[in-house]
Amino acid sequence: MGPKNRGNTMSEKKKLSLICMSGDFDKAVAVFTLASGAAAVNYDVNVFFTFWGLNVIKKNTGRRFLGKGLLDRAFNFLMGGRSNLPLSRLNFGGISPGLMTGMMRRRRVATLDELFQASLALGVNLYACEMAMHVLGLGKDDFIPEIKDVLGVAAFLDLSHGGQTLFI
Amino acid sequence: MSQTHLDITRDRCPMTFVKTKLELEKLQPGDTLEVLLTEGEPLNNVPKTAIEQGFAVMENVYVRDNVHRLVIRKPEGATP
Repeated sequence: MGPKNRGNTMSEKKKLSLICMSGDFDKAVAVFTLASGAAAVNYDVNVFFTFWGLNVIKKNTGRRFLGKGLLDRAFNFLMGGRSNLPLSRLNFGGISPGLMTGMMRRRRVATLDELFQASLALGVNLYACEMAMHVLGLGKDDFIPEIKDVLGVAAFLDLSHGGQTLFI
Repeated sequence: MSQTHLDITRDRCPMTFVKTKLELEKLQPGDTLEVLLTEGEPLNNVPKTAIEQGFAVMENVYVRDNVHRLVIRKPEGATP
């Protein structure tokens, strides 16, 4: 087998790390498009969810009162989960994400759910931000079981070291 | 040894790569995957990334209207 045909060894494997701060529908599409696409072409992929990005990985995809305090519960109910993410522009009271999903389906472009499932199937590493979870009164059990770990900045920097990092 | 088939001619980025990768992961050494794909990004990148991952592209044939047929094989001796 010539050098061109040789598979990547672990040390040669490229790495992409994404920081998902946004809880917007369109930005979540961008996160999971990059994550699944990179994993499909053999990158190691890490996604670090912080602040509004935590809504994307909640176990309950709809609106739920989560957290202990009144404000935690109100915030988490109003923000909702993956099925309540608003479009960053022209949201029209929450109608637009559904319309956009329909347009994506009709044009054979993967929907947010399909990209999310593809990312899980390809072994994308998902992490939650410890500090943001604390602010919003969320625990690891509030998230999907595929969340690999709860991290702080230093641990995320260690994970992303040596690869490309994007903030969304 | 078996051959599986995948048609990604109607899919768009990144599902072209995603579907191919998921099928390639199922192959045993000696198995082949036949992929129908369109010219442009899928044809430029699917064979390239398959080779990068240690697979061999046995055939790359123009079929019709911008559609190509690839045959990708998992080499004997590769990790199952």
